[in-house]
Amino acid sequence: MTGTVQQTLAMAGRALIKMRRNPEQFFDVTLQPLLFTAMFTYIFGGAVAGSTESYLPLIIPGILAQTALTACMATGIQLREDMDKGVFDRFKSLPISRIAPLAGPAIADLVRYAIAATLTIVVGIAMGYRPGGGVAGVLGGWLLIVTAAWSLAWIFTWFGTIARSAQAVQGFSMMIMFPLSFLSNAFVPTQTMPGWLQAFVHVNPVTLVIDACRDLMNDGRLTANVVWAVVGCAAVVAIFAPLAVRSYSRKM
Amino acid sequence: MTSPAVEAFGLVKNFGSVLAVDGIDLEVRRGEVFGVLGPNGAGKTTTLKMLATLLPIDRGSARVLGVDVHANPHRVRELIGVTGQYASVDENLTARENLVLFGRLLGLSRAKARHKAEELLASFGLEDAADRQIKKFSGGMRRRLDLAASLISHPPLLFLDEPTTGLDPRTRGQMWDTIRQLVREGTTVLLTTQYLDEADQLAHRIAVIDRGKKVAQGTPDELKASVGNSTLHVRLADREHTARAAELVAGVVGEQPVLTPEAGGLNIALADANRAADVLIALRQAQVGITTATVRRPTLDEVFLAITGHHSEANDEAAS
Repeated sequence: MTGTVQQTLAMAGRALIKMRRNPEQFFDVTLQPLLFTAMFTYIFGGAVAGSTESYLPLIIPGILAQTALTACMATGIQLREDMDKGVFDRFKSLPISRIAPLAGPAIADLVRYAIAATLTIVVGIAMGYRPGGGVAGVLGGWLLIVTAAWSLAWIFTWFGTIARSAQAVQGFSMMIMFPLSFLSNAFVPTQTMPGWLQAFVHVNPVTLVIDACRDLMNDGRLTANVVWAVVGCAAVVAIFAPLAVRSYSRKM
Repeated sequence: MTSPAVEAFGLVKNFGSVLAVDGIDLEVRRGEVFGVLGPNGAGKTTTLKMLATLLPIDRGSARVLGVDVHANPHRVRELIGVTGQYASVDENLTARENLVLFGRLLGLSRAKARHKAEELLASFGLEDAADRQIKKFSGGMRRRLDLAASLISHPPLLFLDEPTTGLDPRTRGQMWDTIRQLVREGTTVLLTTQYLDEADQLAHRIAVIDRGKKVAQGTPDELKASVGNSTLHVRLADREHTARAAELVAGVVGEQPVLTPEAGGLNIALADANRAADVLIALRQAQVGITTATVRRPTLDEVFLAITGHHSEANDEAAS
């Protein structure tokens, strides 16, 4: 067990060094929050909520969830790219825990998720977002988003271990990512959607995370939504982490 | 009785419809250098990867130092070091960072991993390049670092996949010296190579692999004896004389020469290089004119041709 922890941390250290040397890896988590927050707020704000200010409490948690999804999608793509490199032959030939090469990068990517969440909130506040939940509520929402991104990343990590190429992971992940983020309550209230769509929106885990995030950031309340979002994240990890480890081990 | 370093029985590996390895048996004794020789695509790397737990074995079985590869891969990984054909080190990390990372992964404390990295960098002459990223390394430096990384845990058995392919002669010689040193210290080495002279320089015993099958096995001397110790290549001035020249040569050396793919060329296997003069005199006396004559060591292709009856290049399109 201590061996697994040391190996995972060593792999996380490797991923962090790589991030530092390839700063272009941060484009998605820096530019997207800046661009999308401003874009969606000004495009939809007036139409959906009457004004940009009154739209912000709705949209900021939505953008947070969407950014988290894109950021954790990159985790799977990068893992797939990495696995094609010679160094993975050495990792496989070492007597190390099979989860370490997967969990290491996942831990290092917490840095990316944290940057994405922080930037989105900062841009929102700069545009006039005044979260009702105060500092504690915002911190709670931030923490929830980072946790959700880390948990969902295991789905994309699993894709990374089963796909034949990084392009395949990318294509597959996009197909998952778009419905999950748009068929939710991220950008608009759900009342005007057709019933069958509302049904999907309500079971979409992204909706769950966004509701929880709104409760925390806008109202500062620890509601049942928050509990369910955390339980959902734990379930995703419990299902997809073992799947990913299993298919990674099988590749040998 | 201690078990051999490697025992493999009837190894088989399919890639889709391609039978990459087709029933290979190997036995590597402790303390020896065992060479697996063959052209590109013969199945050398695939065989090595199965033994090193990097690829599942489709059929057959293998044991490494008495441990079953299929049943207990984790234990096998504790006993082996693997150096890949394409350097299995991290391009984005420096030499030092690579060695510390592998040391940490192998359970060394931070201080011990650093210390071990320094020690290996020094013994492989990489101190000056220690803080450079691997992508700025030359081919020879990569290979050296790769080998160094395989030695962190002092594994009793090393798998080296084409350790010197693509290296210049001087770097190749250094690599050979390092491997010899390791063997003196008691390491068993299984290496794959496309080069007869490399197998000759390093290996105590050699298995020749072709199209996924083992076609010959023996000491370097035994293998070379099958094609003679040297080869005389002559090019005839007039290709019409080929048949007559072949007959004359057979009369002198007692064996039919091999006709080269280009017209008017003969490869004559010689047990003794001094016999070259006899062949040339016989041709001269019969007034068969030649344009060139060269005496050289047999090439892998000639060993191949002698053992398998076909040129090794014929396999190149099937390279994995």
